[in-house]
Amino acid sequence: MSNTSSSFLKSSIGKKFLMGFTGLFLISFLVIHVCINACIYFNDSGATFNVAAGFMAHNIIIRVIEIGLFAGIVLHIFQALILSWQNNKARPQKYAVQNSAVSSTWYSRSMGLLGTLLLMFLIVHLANFWIPTKIAVFNGEDHNTFENLKTVFSNPIILIVYLLGLVSLFYHLLHGFQSAFQTFGLNNKKYTPCIQSVGFWYSVFITLIFASMPITLFLGLIK
Amino acid sequence: MSHGNMNLTLKIWRQNSAKEQGQLVTYPVKDISPDMSFLEMFDVLNEQLVSKNENPIVFDHDCREGICGMCSMVINGRAHGPKTGITTCQLHMRSFKDGDTIVVEPWRAQAFPVIKDLTVDRTAFERIQSKGGFISVNTGTAQDANCLPIAKGDADASFNAAACIGCGACVATCKNASAMLFVSAKVSQFALLPQGKIEATVRVKNMVAQMDAEGFGSCTNTGACEVECPKGISLENIARMNREYFAVNMK
Amino acid sequence: MSKLDSKIPEGSIEQKWTKYKASVALVNPSNKRNLEILVVGSGLAGSSAAASLAELGYKVKVFCFQDSARRAHSIAAQGGINAAKNYQNDGDSVYRLFYDTIKGGDYRAREANVYRLAEVSNNIIDQCVAQGVPLAREYGGMLSNRSFGGTQVQRTFYASGQTGQQLLLGAYSALQRQIGLGTVEMFARHELLDIVKIDDKARGIIARNLVTGKLERHFGHAILLCTGGYANVFYLSTNAMGSNATAAWKAHKKGAFFANLCYNQIHPTCIPVSGDHQSKLTLMSESLRNDGRIWVPEKKGDTRKANRIPEEERDYYLERRYPAFGNLVPRDVASRAAKERCDDGHGVGASKMAVYLDFKAAIERFGKIQAKKLSVENPTAEQLKEFGKQVIEEKYGNLFAMYEQITGENPYQVPMRIYPASHYSMGGLWVDYNLMTTVQGLYCLGEANFSDHGANRLGASALMQGLADGYFVIPYTISSYLAKEIAVKPIPLTHEAFVAAENEVQAQIDKFFAIKGTKSVDHFHKRLGKIMWEKCGMARNEKGLREGIEEIRQLRDEFWKDVRVTGKANEMNPELEKAGRVADFLGLGELICLDALNRTESCGSHFRIESQTADGEALRKDDEFSYVSAWEYKGNYTYEMHKEELKFESIKVAQRSYK
Ligand SMILES: Cc1cc2nc3c(=O)[nH]c(=O)nc-3n(C[C@H](O)[C@H](O)[C@H](O)COP(=O)(O)OP(=O)(O)OC[C@H]3O[C@@H](n4cnc5c(N)ncnc54)[C@H](O)[C@@H]3O)c2cc1C
Ligand code: HEM
Ligand code: HEM
Ligand code: SF4
Ligand code: F3S
Ligand code: FES
Repeated sequence: MSNTSSSFLKSSIGKKFLMGFTGLFLISFLVIHVCINACIYFNDSGATFNVAAGFMAHNIIIRVIEIGLFAGIVLHIFQALILSWQNNKARPQKYAVQNSAVSSTWYSRSMGLLGTLLLMFLIVHLANFWIPTKIAVFNGEDHNTFENLKTVFSNPIILIVYLLGLVSLFYHLLHGFQSAFQTFGLNNKKYTPCIQSVGFWYSVFITLIFASMPITLFLGLIK
Repeated sequence: MSHGNMNLTLKIWRQNSAKEQGQLVTYPVKDISPDMSFLEMFDVLNEQLVSKNENPIVFDHDCREGICGMCSMVINGRAHGPKTGITTCQLHMRSFKDGDTIVVEPWRAQAFPVIKDLTVDRTAFERIQSKGGFISVNTGTAQDANCLPIAKGDADASFNAAACIGCGACVATCKNASAMLFVSAKVSQFALLPQGKIEATVRVKNMVAQMDAEGFGSCTNTGACEVECPKGISLENIARMNREYFAVNMK
Repeated sequence: MSKLDSKIPEGSIEQKWTKYKASVALVNPSNKRNLEILVVGSGLAGSSAAASLAELGYKVKVFCFQDSARRAHSIAAQGGINAAKNYQNDGDSVYRLFYDTIKGGDYRAREANVYRLAEVSNNIIDQCVAQGVPLAREYGGMLSNRSFGGTQVQRTFYASGQTGQQLLLGAYSALQRQIGLGTVEMFARHELLDIVKIDDKARGIIARNLVTGKLERHFGHAILLCTGGYANVFYLSTNAMGSNATAAWKAHKKGAFFANLCYNQIHPTCIPVSGDHQSKLTLMSESLRNDGRIWVPEKKGDTRKANRIPEEERDYYLERRYPAFGNLVPRDVASRAAKERCDDGHGVGASKMAVYLDFKAAIERFGKIQAKKLSVENPTAEQLKEFGKQVIEEKYGNLFAMYEQITGENPYQVPMRIYPASHYSMGGLWVDYNLMTTVQGLYCLGEANFSDHGANRLGASALMQGLADGYFVIPYTISSYLAKEIAVKPIPLTHEAFVAAENEVQAQIDKFFAIKGTKSVDHFHKRLGKIMWEKCGMARNEKGLREGIEEIRQLRDEFWKDVRVTGKANEMNPELEKAGRVADFLGLGELICLDALNRTESCGSHFRIESQTADGEALRKDDEFSYVSAWEYKGNYTYEMHKEELKFESIKVAQRSYK
């Protein structure tokens, strides 16, 4: 078994499986994430949100999942790097003229780029929120994540970085969602249109809801 | 000799051998008829080059009716040219306008090294096929053909996958130079038939291993290959191969 | 005493092959490993032979000039493959297939071979299905059949319009399997340029590596030529650009007799020539004649558009001349009739060398049937047309699309224009019952040999023959020869015969470059094609043939003085490849004319104007010409003809009539 699985993971298809798997894992994480974030819309000065976020920060099960989450992100990025490097190597001499637009979408061809933008966003993002929370938890201090949110998003530059990050996310998901299913071998006349529309609406909703928070906080619509 | 009234500027990749550098060279061609096929236009150009004692352009072609899979040109950035569902030899000059500039390049992929000019080496496909693209049945050992009924739907689906002409346009088109469409078409053709199921496990494993060893890229599901494939091989085949491959490895 | 021994086994026709198989000398497995076989050609015949022989344990090398075995021109066959399965329960049998093939060949084929072909036809289908060839099926899961080529039974198996492709890919997969197992070594992009004979036996070949330009020597205990047809001697044909006669011609020069050269099949339904840039002609499946009606304008030189010509001014000449078979007469008859009309000034299109194939009536007829099926009451004319089109599209959609792609005309609206084109060579190297040529150890399979089709090949029988030869005949017959060769050690490639042959090939290559003439190879090929088409095409007479022979000789002299071959020998050089092929066509073309000149009867595809009935039909002369003409090369383009008398013991010979 171990022999098989290691050769599986070394194969191009195996690597893609891992990408898809971690990708879908991240997709489901984003659902939870967006739900917790949406708690700010109770407009109770972050009370509900802080409870939810606090739960996320302290609960032991969540901590275990968090490790998985980070492992997933790292794995996803790692595989992405290997694959992008290998794929680039597969065509050492580029075309003088290329007319790719007729046969595929720009974002499906730019997953590496979009992913890299996402990575940059994530670094900024974790520095903004996750690290302060961790420091607080480590020091045993009480940490008001909601206040932190408000402070962070009062900065227009950060706001723009977030919005750009979300645009990258949108396009990454737009291709990534259905791509993962194709990778898993799910493609037929019956289900594929369904997967495609779920993927589309998922991408739209996740991005819009995420985007609404920094905007509303920046504009001070939520206190 | 006059043929028609189109005048064109061609920019064609010239490369003497795999080891030497190549470049795009500009050739004007005159009096092209819209009824000519793209390759007949090349014949006219080559005839001109011969008359000037220059070396004609080397390109692969044979059947000139879209079935042998020999012809292989990337024309203005598209494998087999601007129309879908056809090969280079089936492209006619009426698809271009008088005065057009046309850039012609070979298939480009690590696994398809240029041999000369527009000719590339596609033997990687052969090696993949020899690793499992068959059913192991020796001549003379078969039972009566109708002893094994096969649902029409399965036979048709298998045929659709088997219609692949092995041209390599999928590789040429794919941004990752991936051979997934070709290999999956082969795997699918057999996977869809009861005769082919018996060896399904080894087949997909060995063929994918060889595909990877040849230096093709992986598939990021951009779908370009399906659009440019002259035989309309479907992405469903790639999904099917992924499935088969996963199933085999989970055993 | 004839030099030709066809080695037909004794016994009744039904027993010959069975008895032969039971008594043929065998080679034991440990000896097979030491016997090397060279297979030249990877089409249906070559791939199937190579795979089957390797399965048996022989060491096999395969050569083809394309970049992959899968690209041999068998890939282009559209229509189907015959077999005497009688799955339709419509009275088919081995005997009936045998009979139809002999009759279709106008009684100019060897009975014993054809019977064997009919016998093994069934095994082919079994084999292909087991290999995973996706032949068309009925809803019940059983194999589907269609009728083809004017036979009364449905015995043609098919895979959409790509039967040749699917069958070749099946044989190719078997070949690739053996390559993977290491029993076959593949030499793609290699071209045979000569045969090496040692002590009167074929012992090897000289091949040019088309990538590096290097000449290579290969030894074999036996050599199989499976190099396809030579219809390209007409320049324009339905064959691939690279299809050639070089291997057969080089073998001929080394002692293999060339037989029945005058039987060249001209296919009636091809897309006509559109200009002098034309490089090849595309076949439109014969099945179109099932529903299309062929006509020309009654008035000579009528320049009106087809739709403007009223019904009463159209000449449906096939229906008029052959009321019983109408548009479905055999290929040779349909082709000649089209030529006759065009020559008489009734041709259509810009070149006036085309006739109409019209689907208007079929669209109307199908429209009405479809309206009934869909229970549409009082359909409008528009609706009927639409329904009819749908049915036609279902049946011939891909062909219609192909036609439109090539011509730029929409055949749903205007009739198709078609004209006959050179398509298949019934003639080829003479072989005996074992498929061995007159050179010991040199075999010839598939379209390259002369056997089985007589003077005219029926539709869907070439694929059958190629696979029969490769899968089911040669594996048996070759052992009768190799059983005597087991003691022969591989001959070193430094043997003087190899050296001499290579030097000869090198000398020819050097000569090409030394001429430094003014005209391209294609220039000569086109001129040869024109001579062949005009003087030795669908209708031949003595005067024309004599002129043709003279013109070809002159052209050949001019070629060797004035051809220009660019580039170098030690590189990939298609001009050099073409030069070699055209040089051989220039020899072959003359011999075709000589054979046609000799045969002063009309039979099958060979129509001598001097030999026709009062109403212009072909007149066969059985008492004089019931023989195979096999030509021996006597050096310097001189030949001697040998006859193999044909005896018909199981079939009563009769004149063909399609009236
Ligand atoms: C358009 C078209 C449609 C047809 N449709 C039908 C049909 O429906 N039914 C039917 O029964 N028949 C059909 N035929 C006829 C049939 O396809 C051929 O007769 C048959 O496939 C020939 O097979 P083969 O193996 O003899 O030769 P090919 O398939 O032509 O193979 C020749 C091989 O020899 C190699 N070769 C040639 N010369 C050399 C050389 N000098 N050195 C090295 N290698 C060489 C080539 O590379 C190739 O591999 C059709 C033919 C055409 C052209
Ligand atoms: C953080 C940096 C990231 C990088 C560098 C990155 C990179 C990539 C790359 C190169 C691919 C391959 C393209 C493809 O196969 O279609 C990919 C696929 C994918 N990514 Fe990302 N990604 C990142 C983050 C994310 C995130 C945050 C998510 C989800 C929320 C995600 C979800 C997916 C999905 C679902 C796929 C499709 C997998 C498949 O096709 O099987 N990625 N990513
Ligand atoms: C713009 C909207 C977003 C807001 C307001 C937001 C807010 C937050 C906050 C407050 C935290 C800290 C939780 C804690 O205290 O531990 C957090 C964590 C995190 N966020 Fe976001 N986030 C947003 C978008 C995103 C996006 C688009 C991604 C992924 C692509 C993402 C990925 C993460 C990750 C991986 C963590 C760490 C999770 C953990 O440790 O549990 N976030 N986010
Ligand atoms: S899958 Fe399509 S593009 Fe790829 S080799 Fe086959 S026919 Fe050509
Ligand atoms: S274009 Fe390439 S990315 Fe996949 S879907 Fe086709 S192989
Ligand atoms: S030349 Fe055969 S497919 Fe184009």
